Amino acid sequence: MSMHNIFLTILLSPLVGAFIAGVFGHKIGRSASHRITITSVTISTVLAAYVFYQYVFNAAEAYNATIYTWMVSDGIRFEAGFMIDRLTATMMLVVTFVSLMVHVYTIGYMDHEEGYERFFSYISLFTFSMLSLVMANNFLQLFFGWEAVGLVSYLLIGFYFKRESANQASLKAFLVNRVGDFGFLLGIALVLGYFGTLDYASFFDGLNAHKDTVIAVGDTQVHMLTLLTMLLFVGAMGKSAQMPLHVWLPESMEGPTPISALIHAATMVTAGIFMVARLSPAYELAEGTLTFILLTGAFTGLLMGVLGIVQNDIKRVVAYSTLSQLGYMVAALGVSAYAAGMFHVLTHAFFKALLFLAAGSVIIAMHHDQDIRNMGGLAKKMPITYGALLVGSLALIGFPAFSGFYSKDGILLAIDAANGWAPALAYGMLMIGVFVTAFYSFRMFFMVFHAPASDYVRTHEIHESPWVVTVPLIMLAIPAALFGGFFVEDILFGSMLSDAIKVLPEHNVLARVAEHGASAGALLLHGLMALPTWLALSGVALAWFLYIKRPDLPPVLARRFSGVHATLRHGYGFDRFNEVVFVDGTRKLAGFFARVTDARIIDGWVVNGTANLIGAGAKMARHAQTGYLYHYAFVMIFGLMGLLAWALL
Amino acid sequence: MTSFPLLSALIWLPILSGVLVLMMKNRPAMAKQFSLWSSIAVFILSLGLYTGFDTTTAQMQFVEQANWIPAFNIQYFLGIDGLSMPLIILTTFTTVLAVWSAFECIEDRVEQYMAAFLMMNGIMVAVFAALDAILFYVFWEALLIPMFLVIGQWGGPKRVYATIKFFLYTFFGSVFMLVAFLYMYSQIGSFSLLDFQAMPLSFVAQFWIFLAFLIAFAVKIPMFPVHTWLPDAHVEAPTAGSVVLAAIMLKMGGYGFVRFSLPMTPDAANYLDWLVIGLSLIAIVYIAFVALAQTDMKKLIAYSSIAHMGFVTLGMFLLYGILRNTGEMQGAILGLEGAMIQMISHGLISAAMFLAIGVMYDRLHTREISAYGGVVNTMPVFAVFMLIFAMANAGLPGTSGFVGEFMVILAAFKANFWIALAAATTLIFGAAYTLWMIKRVIFGDVSNHHVAEMKDLSRREFMIMLILAIGIIGLGFYPAPVMDVMHASVEHLVQQAMTSKLP
Repeated sequence: MSMHNIFLTILLSPLVGAFIAGVFGHKIGRSASHRITITSVTISTVLAAYVFYQYVFNAAEAYNATIYTWMVSDGIRFEAGFMIDRLTATMMLVVTFVSLMVHVYTIGYMDHEEGYERFFSYISLFTFSMLSLVMANNFLQLFFGWEAVGLVSYLLIGFYFKRESANQASLKAFLVNRVGDFGFLLGIALVLGYFGTLDYASFFDGLNAHKDTVIAVGDTQVHMLTLLTMLLFVGAMGKSAQMPLHVWLPESMEGPTPISALIHAATMVTAGIFMVARLSPAYELAEGTLTFILLTGAFTGLLMGVLGIVQNDIKRVVAYSTLSQLGYMVAALGVSAYAAGMFHVLTHAFFKALLFLAAGSVIIAMHHDQDIRNMGGLAKKMPITYGALLVGSLALIGFPAFSGFYSKDGILLAIDAANGWAPALAYGMLMIGVFVTAFYSFRMFFMVFHAPASDYVRTHEIHESPWVVTVPLIMLAIPAALFGGFFVEDILFGSMLSDAIKVLPEHNVLARVAEHGASAGALLLHGLMALPTWLALSGVALAWFLYIKRPDLPPVLARRFSGVHATLRHGYGFDRFNEVVFVDGTRKLAGFFARVTDARIIDGWVVNGTANLIGAGAKMARHAQTGYLYHYAFVMIFGLMGLLAWALL
Repeated sequence: MTSFPLLSALIWLPILSGVLVLMMKNRPAMAKQFSLWSSIAVFILSLGLYTGFDTTTAQMQFVEQANWIPAFNIQYFLGIDGLSMPLIILTTFTTVLAVWSAFECIEDRVEQYMAAFLMMNGIMVAVFAALDAILFYVFWEALLIPMFLVIGQWGGPKRVYATIKFFLYTFFGSVFMLVAFLYMYSQIGSFSLLDFQAMPLSFVAQFWIFLAFLIAFAVKIPMFPVHTWLPDAHVEAPTAGSVVLAAIMLKMGGYGFVRFSLPMTPDAANYLDWLVIGLSLIAIVYIAFVALAQTDMKKLIAYSSIAHMGFVTLGMFLLYGILRNTGEMQGAILGLEGAMIQMISHGLISAAMFLAIGVMYDRLHTREISAYGGVVNTMPVFAVFMLIFAMANAGLPGTSGFVGEFMVILAAFKANFWIALAAATTLIFGAAYTLWMIKRVIFGDVSNHHVAEMKDLSRREFMIMLILAIGIIGLGFYPAPVMDVMHASVEHLVQQAMTSKLP
């Protein structure tokens, strides 16, 4: 099989599975549906592993080819195509692997749920969409995948369509993402406008010629590439939930837990980071955009993490931690450490999927109660879940030697190595964020597993989840613990992503980091003595103190600082602001336009004013002809046609 | 090519079968079957235009020419190019669905209803195929009559108001067009559109002719501020009437711009392009807001039609701005082809949306959004289709709705950043009004016992929805076949629109 066909199979196999499960699901039944979709994703995963092996270990040539020509217009070819290099190959493996784990897990999680086949169809469709996004070799297909994952996300957030809150959340997610896509599409228009192509390779080739191009926007001259990259990044802010477009992600937790893991943690939300890394040659030429990206990431990383502290819904804690971690990845992009950002994407995919699935396992055990205050004492009742959540949490807080340690340290070191006020500010904020991350993670961990068992836990039978749930947990715990240490050298300092990511020599902060030792061992040694590790440990210690040792204190603190607490509970008021300004404002304006300009002025005064005059006459005419009008009209047509026919003959 | 007069067949066969159907009084079943099969036959026949089409030339094809009224040099002159051919196939295709959709909901004077649609089919094909101005005008106006009857006889409670409004508006517009025709005839003694396109015209003459055309076409499309007839007409029209109205009749206005305004009055179009672009942007932005406030599903989709047609007119008039801004023509074709494909796509999507609303209306006899809620619980299959159509309406990639909007926005950027910015807001607002409606109508728990009793799609309804869904998604994933037939003609059109006709 040629590589092209292998890529095609990887891409299309989940689509076929989704189609069969979606269209014939109710005919072939539940188990056939999950068997077919899981088989199709397994095929993709195995082939993706082969591709990964070929590219990463056998240094296969980057592949760039067209699948088919969508259309040609104005001399521009719009195509679907593959660009496969080591960056893509890595993403493909992560996407298919996590997707496969989630597929298997879903058998257990969605057992007895209505819409079982539909769910499998959706997650396979998602896998196809995400793959088409990462495998794209042009902006058109990127946008296709971009919107397609958005569509599936919309469908899955609203999966429980009887629930008003779920429908609200899905609509909100779609619209907020569309705000991002609005910028994204304009960015694509700029690409076509200045480079005359949507193809990545030709776009990169043209970058040098347009390095200093300025564009007049109104009266001001703007650096074209800065505007272009900014607009594209607006799209990334929507998809990767950066402030202020983050508001949809916490509510996306209305969807079933498996997709929170797959879509809203491991893969889709990292599409924005992937996009920036993929387009790094362009971002390198836009300093202003990079600074903006850095600060956006830093603010999101810290401020969203802080919100994780006051959440009581187990999924929301993990959701806010996702927001915060996305901020870290984005911040890394801002100092040109694209490889560090992508590295965190990869490790995060494993440990965050693990955290979500473990949280889901807890939710199953708790009979779909998600409030961590109702838990406690679960450690002994579900040991595998306990272990999984522990591994995930340690990876998340960057505990030495776990995957997250290397990737988060990589980001912090890179930002530290950059010069200027913005990196310094970002470094400080993200450093505090490390402490916050550890605190909210272990707050949840202790409250779920080590706090005294709640009434509910004591009075109900609670047991470990079935193997379809625990096996994926174990399978994900392995890379969550080990992936980072294994790949840190190749990714951060080696050549693993260097065929896709281009960094200007003067921006190369990772090279500066490497001067202090570019091996996993050196990083580990350095990390043990460095600030982040100790911040993380003190976060854990504080969580232990407040929620195990002195559980009476948090309520007191909440009362004492009720203003702060309320602000955090309301997420700094973003939702309220959007509701009042955008939602209500739009509705009011729409109502005004509909009732006043359209109905009263145009229709009422202009049209009906005139029509009333003529209408009076028409009414009389109508009276004279009632019942015969349509006969009349048909006669009129025949007359005309007859005349025409007569003339022709 | 002269062997078989295919265009004449496509015009007169439907009209003749319409006459035959009229005679099937008191035999509704027979009238239905005959109408359906004859419309299918016409559709299949019309595919001959596609297979026999020469994509390499911008010349008129399938030409038929005969004297009609020699005293005034009025000819029976037919022919098509890449601009009109796709619209003709869209017409014959839509007619099949419109006829089929009316099988159960129309019980009164079935044969007349069916006959009206068959005749409209022939008349609309004639509008797109006519190359003689008087011939064009006759059919253009003749179309009003059956549509007037369909709304007036089988329409809703306020049908009298709606029909009069519809009639007056469009009549008002076309009179100006006729005057423009007569003026040009007086200059060269021919009504041939090709002669009109070739004749030199002073700027003042072009200016007034352009405005006359603009009024006629703006009403038809419709453009702000002469759009208010459309929501009323849609709301009162029976489902099939809405389908034909939205899918085909609106396109006649867009077709008018590319067949008349741009090639006949290029200098005036260049001078006044800001006017059309401005009105297009108002359609895209302002009308989207108006759509958001609607409580009647049909009205909402009617307004959304206006907004989507804004992309058609925008794409058509970008070329001058592109030349002024960049000094070259790259992008002009993109805009025009985007406009053309947007017309085809909107034909499919608006037909689908109105048919879907019709399906719900047949069950609950109301179009109020608030009367629904949780339809997915009782009509899951329908809900899937509705969601596909809604996503297409919101311009999701992978549906036909994306193609045209995407191309026009890309082209708009070449002309002016702010135009592209305003046009791109459709991404947000188009999704907002469509999906908000979907949320209130389709999703949620069953809201009342009427919804609880709704039955899912019948076999016939299912087939109609399926055909449309395949068309919408097929065009979204592979627009090339439709695009390829247009290239030569659009290139030719750009050339015409860029060549000054000043004497």
